Amino acid sequence: MALRFFGAAAAVAIAVGMTASPALAVTEIQWWHAMTGANNDVIVKLANDFNAAQSDYKVIPTYKGSYPDTMNAGIAAFRAGNAPHIMQVFEVGTATMMAATGAVKPVYKLMADAGEKFDPKAYLSAITGYYSTSKGEMLSFPFNSSSTVMWVNLDELKKVNAEIPKTWPEVFEVAKKLHDNGHPTCGFSNSWVTWVNLEQLSAWHNVPLASKANGLDGFDTKLEFNAPLQEKHLEKLVELQKDKTYDYAGRTNQGEGRFTSGECAIYLTSSAFFGNVKAQAKFNFTAVPMPYYPDVKGAPQNSIIGGASLWVMGGKSADEYKGVAKFLTFLSDTDRQVYIHKASGYLPITKAAYEKAKAEGFYKDQPYLETPLLELTNKEPTENSRGLRLGNMVQLRDVWAEEIEQALAGKKTAKQALDASVERGNTMLRQFEKTAVK
Amino acid sequence: MQKQAIFQSKLLPYALVAPQLAIVLIFFYWPALQAVIQSFLLQDAFGLSTSFVWFENYLELFSEPAYFETVVRTFFFSFAIATSSLSVALLLAVMADKPLRGGAVYRTLLIWPYAVAPPVVGVLWVFMLHPSLGVLSRYLRAAGIEWNPLLDGNQAATLVILAAAWKQISYNFLFFLAGLAAIPKSVLEAAAIDGARPMRRFWTVTFPLLSPTIFFLLVVNIVYAFFDTFGIIDTMTRGGPGTSTVTLVYKVYNDGLIGGNLGSSAAQSVILMIMVIVLTGIQFRFVERKVTY
Repeated sequence: MALRFFGAAAAVAIAVGMTASPALAVTEIQWWHAMTGANNDVIVKLANDFNAAQSDYKVIPTYKGSYPDTMNAGIAAFRAGNAPHIMQVFEVGTATMMAATGAVKPVYKLMADAGEKFDPKAYLSAITGYYSTSKGEMLSFPFNSSSTVMWVNLDELKKVNAEIPKTWPEVFEVAKKLHDNGHPTCGFSNSWVTWVNLEQLSAWHNVPLASKANGLDGFDTKLEFNAPLQEKHLEKLVELQKDKTYDYAGRTNQGEGRFTSGECAIYLTSSAFFGNVKAQAKFNFTAVPMPYYPDVKGAPQNSIIGGASLWVMGGKSADEYKGVAKFLTFLSDTDRQVYIHKASGYLPITKAAYEKAKAEGFYKDQPYLETPLLELTNKEPTENSRGLRLGNMVQLRDVWAEEIEQALAGKKTAKQALDASVERGNTMLRQFEKTAVK
Repeated sequence: MQKQAIFQSKLLPYALVAPQLAIVLIFFYWPALQAVIQSFLLQDAFGLSTSFVWFENYLELFSEPAYFETVVRTFFFSFAIATSSLSVALLLAVMADKPLRGGAVYRTLLIWPYAVAPPVVGVLWVFMLHPSLGVLSRYLRAAGIEWNPLLDGNQAATLVILAAAWKQISYNFLFFLAGLAAIPKSVLEAAAIDGARPMRRFWTVTFPLLSPTIFFLLVVNIVYAFFDTFGIIDTMTRGGPGTSTVTLVYKVYNDGLIGGNLGSSAAQSVILMIMVIVLTGIQFRFVERKVTY
């Protein structure tokens, strides 16, 4: 099997060799991304508009598969000496990219070197904070950001005479009603099991997921989520799973169809689910902020983002970097940000774009599109809610999901599952710390 | 055996095998060597910092109880996939071997699944047996079975074994059919004259005569279950729920490409490589000698 992977790496290298043909008059800028469908169209349009607006640089977007696939392709290409200029990396890959000093060119440095005007304060700190150092230096450029929201099927809630729940106890109560009245297989559910039930839950209640500001202050971070709040939450889910008042829907977003089909009337997932809901749901819907436990002091705090950012890869020429810098400036333009926001449902990254969308009355008819922004900016972020920076995050999530699945299946108690998640996760963090470039 | 009877030049035979040798060297030996080297290194995903750690990757692996669980699980999966697909294929082959109207159509249809790529097989079965979307899961639920492979590890494992075995049936079927055709009719007729009934004829004559085929297929099926089930697992369960469908190959992928731990991943592939070498060795040693009638 090793053979096959090295083969794949070689194939990638060959493909790169072919696409990166020597630039003639225009400097080509390779942009690898993981967007499909309507969002892919947005990417192509952005590149075309940039290429039409000037003649020195040509941005060439290439779809490289899923988020992990794109990242792996980029890493393999870097090892082969053929990395793209810009690579879209999902938020959980941040620590891995950041640790690769030399493989990446931090955005703040890129902008300074290229002499592009760049004001970090123009961006929404709730979003850029995730991709910045603790000193506030922006490492990667946020491209598509979202947050966890609670999608609600208004028609079904009406049928059982329920108000939209605001707190977790209310959610459990409404879910019970739904379960007993026409939704025997699913009272409520969620996608991205660890993102929603561990990562966001912790930030939203201002409790740490890991030490050292969730890893933002150093790779020697330790997981700390085997604490009372998370345990209580998981215990409740385990209890409700028994009669399907809560029904587990998988590790990624594969279960989202259960909301649009009407099976689950309450569903927590990314705000970026909007496009599919709009296209497929044959009922009145809305998206409201995540529920919280009212007995936790200060809750709700603020949510953290999901999505992806653009990383600029290292080892390119000054001229190429100038082109990349110009392209990032182009993307930051207020009108363009508003366009991306409207076309994709992802969040605008600059304050000006947010204000403009608001002024245009964009949220009047569709208030649920503002929900994630309200969550992100609900309060000034704390150590526990600024973001996450854990090495090996993709695999960490898998490990946590494994343990949660065992708890939901009744093979472990909630406490045992969380303790094991923390213990196994910490082993992986130490492994990452060992290999991270000092 | 006469040597150099045909080739005038000493170089010509080497020149003729050179392309094949080059392919084997570039695509098999070179990557294998790289895997061995990588397994002694501790390296970050980008290859920026590298240190030589001798057998640390292996020792860490062996100190991990999860690794042994994966080994046991992989052997169980291989055994289950091999036996189920071999027995079904044998049954089908014996039936297809009889003179039938439209037998050719029947045989062709049975070979079809072999042309389906593993990930497609995975998606196909996922759709049929998805807890909320699947056609078959509706029947299962109607039959009173609490079907939820997203949470029930045993059900997920059954699902993977089923899909993997189904795909391999065609391949086995082809070989069994050829094996059956090679059995001299005279032997079977002699047994019939001696008064042996069909069942007895099958177990005392046909089955022993098929044993070399069976043994060959057993090895091929185990190798298949070890490696080629990756696509099926990746599309169906991604190793979950819990770790109930993580096999050795899936772990290599997960630790190396998802986890970025190339050293451990390489060490695991080296161990896998050794297992396959042993398996193939056994096959070469015994397939023609020990398994006879």
